[in-house]
Amino acid sequence: MNSVMSKAYGKAAWGLPLQGSDVAVTWDHLYWFLFWLSVFFFILVVGGMIYFAIVYRKKEGRKTKYIVDHHALEAFWTIIPTILLMAIFGWGWSVYKKQIHAPTDAMEIRVIGKQWLWTFQYDDGRTEASKLVVPLGKPIKLIMTSQDVIHSFFIPNFRVKQDVVPGMYTSVWFEPKVAGEHQVFCTEYCGTSHSGMLAKVEVLEPEQYELWKAGKPYQVTGVKTPSSDLLAAAQSSARLANAKLPLPDQGAKLVQAKGCTACHSIDGSAKIGPSYKGIFGHEQELLDGTKVTVDENYIRESIQKPQAKVVKGFNPVMPPYTKDMIGEEDMNAIVAYIKSLN
Amino acid sequence: MAHTAEAHGDNYLNHEKGLWSWMTTVDHKRIGLMYLASVCFFFFLGGIFALIIRLNLMHSGHPVVDANTYNKLMTYHGAIMVFLVIIPAIPASIGNFVLPMMLGAKDVAFPKLNLASYYIYLAGATFACLALFLGGADTGWTFYTPYSIRTGGGVILVIFGAFVAGFSSILTGLNFIVTIQKLRAPGLTWNRLPLLLWALYATSIIQVLATPVLAITLVLLIFEHVFKVGIFDPALGGDPVLFQHFFWFYSHPAVYIMILPAMGVISEIIPVFSRKPIFGYRAIALASFGIALVAFIVWGHHLFVSGQSELANFVFSLLTMFVAIPTGVKVFSWVGTMYKGSIRFNAPMLYALGFIELFTIGGLTGVFLATLAIDVHLTDTYFVIAHFHYVMVGGTIMGFVGGMHYWFPKVTGKLYNETVAMWAFISIIIGFNLTFFPQFIAGTEGMPRRYWSQLPEFDLWNTLSTVGSWFLLLGFLMVAWNMIKSAKSGPAAGDNPWRALTLEWQSKSPPPHDNFGPTTPTVTHWPYEYKGANV
Ligand code: HEC
Ligand SMILES: [Cu+2]
Ligand SMILES: [Cu+2]
Repeated sequence: MNSVMSKAYGKAAWGLPLQGSDVAVTWDHLYWFLFWLSVFFFILVVGGMIYFAIVYRKKEGRKTKYIVDHHALEAFWTIIPTILLMAIFGWGWSVYKKQIHAPTDAMEIRVIGKQWLWTFQYDDGRTEASKLVVPLGKPIKLIMTSQDVIHSFFIPNFRVKQDVVPGMYTSVWFEPKVAGEHQVFCTEYCGTSHSGMLAKVEVLEPEQYELWKAGKPYQVTGVKTPSSDLLAAAQSSARLANAKLPLPDQGAKLVQAKGCTACHSIDGSAKIGPSYKGIFGHEQELLDGTKVTVDENYIRESIQKPQAKVVKGFNPVMPPYTKDMIGEEDMNAIVAYIKSLN
Repeated sequence: MAHTAEAHGDNYLNHEKGLWSWMTTVDHKRIGLMYLASVCFFFFLGGIFALIIRLNLMHSGHPVVDANTYNKLMTYHGAIMVFLVIIPAIPASIGNFVLPMMLGAKDVAFPKLNLASYYIYLAGATFACLALFLGGADTGWTFYTPYSIRTGGGVILVIFGAFVAGFSSILTGLNFIVTIQKLRAPGLTWNRLPLLLWALYATSIIQVLATPVLAITLVLLIFEHVFKVGIFDPALGGDPVLFQHFFWFYSHPAVYIMILPAMGVISEIIPVFSRKPIFGYRAIALASFGIALVAFIVWGHHLFVSGQSELANFVFSLLTMFVAIPTGVKVFSWVGTMYKGSIRFNAPMLYALGFIELFTIGGLTGVFLATLAIDVHLTDTYFVIAHFHYVMVGGTIMGFVGGMHYWFPKVTGKLYNETVAMWAFISIIIGFNLTFFPQFIAGTEGMPRRYWSQLPEFDLWNTLSTVGSWFLLLGFLMVAWNMIKSAKSGPAAGDNPWRALTLEWQSKSPPPHDNFGPTTPTVTHWPYEYKGANV
């Protein structure tokens, strides 16, 4: 049944993203109506203009006609657009209601946006970062808030978007009809790594979803976002662009680009997180009183799982950076950079 | 008109000499030119930032600047283009020059205030540019809270700069309203007022009423930043979305501060080069005021996905639809004016035709964005970027450059080179569509705005767009070269090379210091009386 379902929803066609839900299908109808209406008016106006420009171009002995207005015509081109616009408004409103009102049986998942990471909290206490795992064909309602500044949660394939605002809950819903990966963008400017604040929705077939729920390995089948490995790709090409630089300098650029410098200084002064200066090879006291020596493995863990060992005197606010976000080459460059600050 | 023999060689350019005489001048024509020079300077500066932005986005994975630099560049590009270029472009430069002359007046009502406005503008610009050297600003030109409260650098200076520049806009608006009300020549009744002046009048009303709201908003933002009072920052009990309401309460009407004057310029150019009266004079004049009115009640269309209530979205979407009606009336009337005309394709007319093409696309895509459901998907993507560049650059800048060519003979007494002007126009129109049309497609596909790095799937559109930006550069450089060279050594233009009927053309070129010499011109017919010998 699911494969039948998937067939009904087209591929990305004509410059529109893939139709991932019923709402997307309805949305596309309205979009194409507006598109063809615009083509009509464009041809009318610009075609008319070009036609007049050619036919009435200056010529020896051409007499112009003294016309100042024509009330019927003016009434016509005021009233017809008004009617059309009101119809467009009404259609837009009806699609909008479908877009924003989740069915009452929707499954709720909580979303937290923070600079520059999306995290997802499930009812059973499970959490995911940068990856929203949902079952195929079930309505999903996201209840969202932000930890710092305004972000916006946008899934082109489902034609939905909603700002994620600190101090308040907003929500967005969708019913995925196509299994696979769907791109998520942050679409409200939120600082340095705004363009890195990406995530994907993984829509799983029921069996796979159960596997995921049980914490077992699972498979994502179905569509792939052309850019599913985009972060890795973008970063590796950024890395290539930097490849001529010595490793520590690459690291210096990376901590800038990834937004680490928002929380970490290099001059020894503590910001939101500890300074990188002089930590390598030194002992760091952790929250639970134990001590660790800062080495490659510790740094790597601090970046991938910051909450595993929290430095004393700081809050556990550092977002985790998964392998997708910082690949091995980049990790090496960052470690080399921190090392070089001794 | 009677001129004394000695008045002949005497014009506003040589009436007084030296830099000091320019800096202290109260002559509206000189002030207009000083604005023009400043606006063009900032246009090129903002343009350079745009070119770097485009280069950075040309191929995904090949950035030319780092993320923080990119964010500053996009902030500066937007802030400079909006506050220092497009808002003052037509009213303060072209408007200043031609408004009193179109009225048959010797100057604006408050000449000293006019000079003060210019210096206030310069002061605002200086503050904003100082910030460039003091850490810069990375908030985007919209300064959304709470990000703008938390980020460091020179953001306060930029906000302060915009705040100061706003007063220049308010004072110019005030000056224009009083001038139009009080200084019309004998016989220049309201029914004979040129459409550019109707447009500038409507613009001035918006400037005077809306800009103070921006001023208050920016002051609150500075307060929030410095004293942490808790108006916008939720961490302090404030509401970040409130800022967006305040901001757009100004910035939506500001969109019409930017476009109405350009529409005025187009309404002057088309009849002159079609040798026909403007079609639907009253409707166009009324439409300017209709647009100005609606301007104030549609700001919420920028907040459809911000967490605003459903009811508010309903109302703002409905009201926004009404913007399209008077706008459509204008466009139809311009095309109607060409019907059975005798059309000349001098550069001003080319820009007017370019305006209609680009503005039509900008306007139609505006209807997409006004439609609630459609906006949810398209907002904050490149579709919006493309839409407002079609309106603001395709509209306002086309009107501005068209106007520059149109009044060039009046301002300098010389003719520009028509061939160079035509090639510049071709380069601009190709470059413009190549730069911005692909952005509609990328945006519909979901490409978000204000991204330092884009996904590889959008590479085709991004590359096309970047190549387009080079044609734009080439075109604008040709315009600049043509203007500068022709002002120095162009052939003499005569007083009225276009045989236009508005009053400014009845004066000498370049006009004398007091515009019309000792006599005050009298108006006996409306400015579009193209019949008989006037054709
Ligand atoms: C939101 C602020 C924030 C951001 C962004 C951030 N960090 Fe952290 N980071 C912290 C805090 C707070 C700590 C200390 C608490 C802890 O250990 O979790 C920390 C700890 C660390 C440590 C361990 C330092 C020590 O002295 O033991 C390393 C290494 C580190 N971060 C690297 C990075 C890198 C690399 C990035 C960018 C990819 C980054 N951080 C981004 C807040 C941040
Ligand atoms: Cu963001
Ligand atoms: Cu608006």
